[in-house]
Amino acid sequence: MTCWETIRAYGLRSIGIGENLLPRSDFTICQQFTLIGSGLIWNVYFGVLALLFGFFLANAVALARTARTPWVRKPADWFVFVFRGSPLFIQFFLAYEALVLLPKAFTLFGVEISTSWTTRAWAGALFVLFLNTAAYSAEIFHGALKSIPRGDLEAAEAYGLTGWKKFIRIEWPTMLRLAWPAYTNEAIFLFHATTLVFFSGFPAFAQKGDALYYANYFADKTFNPFIPYPIVGFYFILLTLLVTFVYGRVNARLNRHLPSNSRARIRLRPNLIR
Amino acid sequence: MFAACADPKAIEGLTWALCYLTSAKHVDFYWSFLTVLLLLAITAPAALGMGFMGATAARSHVAPVSWLGKIYIWMVRGVPDIIFFLFFVIALDQGIEYVKSLAVCDGGAWPWQGLEFRVCPEAKVPLAKSSAFWHQAYGFMLAVVTFAIVFGAFAANVIYGAMDAVPRAQLETAEAYGMSHAQVFRRILVPQMWIYALPGLGNLWMILIKATPLLFLLGVKDIVYYARELGGSKTQAYEYPHGDWRLWYFLGLLVFYLIFTRISEIGIGRLTARLSHGQATSGGEALRKAAA
Repeated sequence: MTCWETIRAYGLRSIGIGENLLPRSDFTICQQFTLIGSGLIWNVYFGVLALLFGFFLANAVALARTARTPWVRKPADWFVFVFRGSPLFIQFFLAYEALVLLPKAFTLFGVEISTSWTTRAWAGALFVLFLNTAAYSAEIFHGALKSIPRGDLEAAEAYGLTGWKKFIRIEWPTMLRLAWPAYTNEAIFLFHATTLVFFSGFPAFAQKGDALYYANYFADKTFNPFIPYPIVGFYFILLTLLVTFVYGRVNARLNRHLPSNSRARIRLRPNLIR
Repeated sequence: MFAACADPKAIEGLTWALCYLTSAKHVDFYWSFLTVLLLLAITAPAALGMGFMGATAARSHVAPVSWLGKIYIWMVRGVPDIIFFLFFVIALDQGIEYVKSLAVCDGGAWPWQGLEFRVCPEAKVPLAKSSAFWHQAYGFMLAVVTFAIVFGAFAANVIYGAMDAVPRAQLETAEAYGMSHAQVFRRILVPQMWIYALPGLGNLWMILIKATPLLFLLGVKDIVYYARELGGSKTQAYEYPHGDWRLWYFLGLLVFYLIFTRISEIGIGRLTARLSHGQATSGGEALRKAAA
């Protein structure tokens, strides 16, 4: 099998398109690159969607934490505390066990709703990652909201801006601008955290897994960790560079009104396990 | 454990719960919490040591040493650490067995043959005839070394940044007094850098706590292993039959971690306040103002 044929057969294997059987012997470098790269589709899927949905929830939670009434503030505080204070690994296990215990199907307003799909990784794990990144991002946004310069707010009031208008025109853009470097790091960690999904209770159906799942498959089969793991590492370095680039463009746009020497630079920090 | 627990099927209610929670398997479960604490107790200083060496190497004036230190620090950036965990455990194991095979086996064949890693039986670590305890201990040791390497790189990054944050004037003054490089490092740089490193190291400690469930992936019988084992539904063939209780066991683990990280957070806050005394940082300034 030439390398091109391998790519055709296994390039989309992780989403169930192409050859059904995984290679079992005579492993080539090309097969490892192709399958692990195909698994990366899942990492991107989890990362992008969790970040997208998580961004909105994070804004809401960060705002709720600044609320005066404890009825709004306390639940938001607890949400952030629970998700930031416990390991993501345990959150995955807990969510999976909870989803398994759901009744198989129930009727709501006469419509029968089946729940078995929630235990699948594409839904269940995405939900956990969504809540997790929302909690971590909410903490970042909340910190940024608190560190908006007082002069900015006073200037807004002097212009007659109050309430919602002040928030949407002054507070929110400033919050995003201050939070963006930290939020970029959060995005990178989230992509890294997606590798935990198939190692934490959520089963991979029909061997449709993520990049690390296939790397682990090859390492188990060949007893040689020195090829597959560096390949995943290579893919993730590319992914990290891509995320940094995209977030850097957004950062440049958020800071476009500032003189170029006072713009916040994005500094990469070491990755975190949640 | 108790005399009343001799026949679990005959008892019920509170006694049943008490007997259930003190069964031999559960006692193992409670001990596994100590495994986690032991891992933290060994890994934290080891990672700090690795980090200190890494940061010192990265600051070295000898180019190859500095590259080595920097590569070590950059190694963990951009790549998910779970990959390092899965990689190092096998790589270290094979490395140790390969080195041992050079010493004890005759006819040093290259061990990576086709799809197998083959060394002579005498080179296996631990030996096949060793007790289960040694297999567990060896697995735990590999996990500790892996954690120390990966978290050492994180710590090196934090300490490297902290060493950079010590005001340059302090070091120049020391040089003006005629201190050598080593003296400046020992007397000025290292004592002052801790307050700059503390926020990062505190954060790292929290991450380390939250990374401990990964022991399960490294094949150690830790709390996650027992929570899955004990929580799984038990048929009538077992002494204490019950349904699928894994949810409750994992909820227990969640509470354990929440309490642990909360206590750590409070402890780190106190330590920061202590170390900020008399320091030329905003924290130290706030303390001075509060006292005045």
